[in-house]
Amino acid sequence: MTTMTMIRAINSALDVMMSRDPDVLVFGEDVGYFGGVFRVTEGLAAKHGPTRCFDTPISEGGIIATAIGMGAYGLRPVAEIQFADYILPAYDQLVSEAARLRYRSGGEFWSPITVRSPYGGGIFGGQTHSASPEALFAHVCGLKTVIPSNPYDAKGLLIAAIEDDDPVIFMEPKRIYNGPFDGRFEQPVSAWARHPSSEVPDGHYVVPLGKAAIVRGGEAITVLAYGTMVHVALAAAAESGADAEIIDLRSIVPLDLDTIVESVRKTRRCVVVHEASRFAGFGAELCALVQERCFYHLEAPIERVCGWDTPYPHAFEWDYFPGPSRVIAAMQRALRGL
Amino acid sequence: MKNRQPLSLHIPTPSTRPGDRPDFSHIAIPPAGSTRQPDVLTPGCEMRDMPFGLVRVLDEAGDAVGPWNPRLDPETLQRGLRAMMLTRNFDSRMFQAHRQGKTSFYMTSTGEEALGAAPSMVLEPDDMCFPTYRIVSYLMARDYPLLDMVNQIYSNADDPLKGRQLPVLYSARKYGFYSLSGNLGTRFAHAVGWAMASAYKNDSKIAIAYIGEGTTAEGDFHEALTFANVFRAPVILCITNNQWAISSFQGIAGGEATTFAARALGYGLPGLRVDGNDFLAVHAATQWAAERARSNGGATVIEFVTYRAGGHSTSDDPTRYRPADEAAHWPLGDPIERLKQHLIGLGEWSEERHQALDAELKQAVRTAAKQGEAIGTLGQSKPSPAEMFTDVYKTPDWRILEQRQELGY
Ligand SMILES: Cc1ncc(C[n+]2csc(CCOP(=O)(O)OP(=O)(O)O)c2C)c(N)n1
Repeated sequence: MTTMTMIRAINSALDVMMSRDPDVLVFGEDVGYFGGVFRVTEGLAAKHGPTRCFDTPISEGGIIATAIGMGAYGLRPVAEIQFADYILPAYDQLVSEAARLRYRSGGEFWSPITVRSPYGGGIFGGQTHSASPEALFAHVCGLKTVIPSNPYDAKGLLIAAIEDDDPVIFMEPKRIYNGPFDGRFEQPVSAWARHPSSEVPDGHYVVPLGKAAIVRGGEAITVLAYGTMVHVALAAAAESGADAEIIDLRSIVPLDLDTIVESVRKTRRCVVVHEASRFAGFGAELCALVQERCFYHLEAPIERVCGWDTPYPHAFEWDYFPGPSRVIAAMQRALRGL
Repeated sequence: MKNRQPLSLHIPTPSTRPGDRPDFSHIAIPPAGSTRQPDVLTPGCEMRDMPFGLVRVLDEAGDAVGPWNPRLDPETLQRGLRAMMLTRNFDSRMFQAHRQGKTSFYMTSTGEEALGAAPSMVLEPDDMCFPTYRIVSYLMARDYPLLDMVNQIYSNADDPLKGRQLPVLYSARKYGFYSLSGNLGTRFAHAVGWAMASAYKNDSKIAIAYIGEGTTAEGDFHEALTFANVFRAPVILCITNNQWAISSFQGIAGGEATTFAARALGYGLPGLRVDGNDFLAVHAATQWAAERARSNGGATVIEFVTYRAGGHSTSDDPTRYRPADEAAHWPLGDPIERLKQHLIGLGEWSEERHQALDAELKQAVRTAAKQGEAIGTLGQSKPSPAEMFTDVYKTPDWRILEQRQELGY
């Protein structure tokens, strides 16, 4: 066990997989000698050699297309897209190619790529360094989409993603790379070292894709969250004293529906939280599923707390970011009922 | 089995890393004045040598030589010098402001000031520039108000972009400066479309677009050159080859075996390779391309060979990936220093005048920075959060209206 930040934990997952499997390659913009703009790939090129961890041209479409080709050959490429905001030039490759290669070739070809990308706001990155595009991937059948909320999960989920034979989008909430963040931006930042999930095994282990975690048990209301928003939801529950059950989805595709349904049938109330904008966001799917499966158990309309339906604006970081106050208000509405 | 040789994967690596002696011997630098100047309407196929030359006007002694000498009057040269010096002063002040916690981010263009300043003086007010974040000298040469820039950088209540954009991602329509975005490359073909529209309307406006050498790897670059060639768009497509793309040297962008100007060849476009630290060469090449565009000759690709003397941004520490003293070894010198020496050689400038101008510009920047700070630095002051919801659509729909109300505005 070592105490790790999320960055260290992800680095460790890559290192472990590169050591175990010579077919695992890591590449992307600035990831080689420099070790990535967030230092996630630091030391990997030096340790595993320049053909196993290298810089690519600035071409997200090219990065993903070549990753798909390498994967089809038999490698397990782990590509980094420097910011999730910049994944869109690769969207065609992900949607039309990675997601469908197995299906359209009748199982003849497939490409087990993992695409890592820092995402989300809270860092004053303005509208081009803050995006949460997970719904764009969740909507695409053939892709898996994974979002960790802490160092332990990040390492175990990333190893599971690399070992998975389907393409996996692995979104890394960059605001919590170096410490958990509960949305109370006025307060001093806390370090991962004080959080139990920063105790990370040094070797290989897996956190399976499609298995949610109940990070706080409760009886009165269920809160569904992932990534940074798990910490915001925890803060909201602690502050309001609500007897909330908080579920960290960990992967949105595959989705652990059983855990969600069991919880909501118990608590009879549900709040869905994400940073991405609201309209047609992943929360809309969660609301639909919960009402389909739990309609007769619900005591109140399902609440959504999301980013506004606008781009993420620089000056208004905290007006946009759905912090604990908005989660508390939503929980209170759901607890009051109609 | 056939006796086939095992393959190996090539990974480009720069000639030097931190701790090494800087080495630019891989950059071909012919003497000033040695690259020919074709007629502006020469067919692309008759200029296939140009991408491998280097348009240079200022020689080592600071004299203007050869066919590309634009023969600018001293007043024009002094204006160019002023724009470049203003850019450098502004950059250094705002870089400091970031260090002092007054904003979230900043990017300097140190060493690349000629690339915006000279073209800005060549193009007309109604032409359109599609810039990168390192082309602020284009605005400086047009006397864009410094205070507006400061307010944008601080995202304060008077920010012309209403608090929505990351610092330095300006938009200045009245100054012929298209909206910047953090997404690399995405506006390169907008310039082509804009130029096509001007041609369609039988107007006389042209466009100029910039892209970093690193970003030429994006599909946007190919798309822009393809359309520019097919529709003979009146556009100047500039590649700013400053040797680095954050930590990646130009070999990672495909510069090892050819030049970036030579990208033009496959598209049948003229490609000029130009000393980007030579104000006169930048001016002359832009003038040539502008004339070609205005005479319906179509697009020109220009590679400006330059060097990013500073870090990529305030988030970057270049000593982690390149020799700390690399900038001092850059063989094409500094654009401000070279133009200054040239003017002094002409008898149109002096150390004293240079010092005086520098002091004057420092003061102008200081005044603008103080005024901006009085309005407020990032977080101290901001536009009304209602501005978050305007301009998403021309007319907001119920979602936007409901959400704005929920936030209390
Ligand atoms: C589409 C996209 N991909 C990646 C990035 C991250 N990024 C910002 S600047 C940069 C390097 C750009 O290098 P270059 O084009 O050479 O321009 P320079 O900064 O050297 O002027 C990168 C990779 C981005 N902003 N947009």
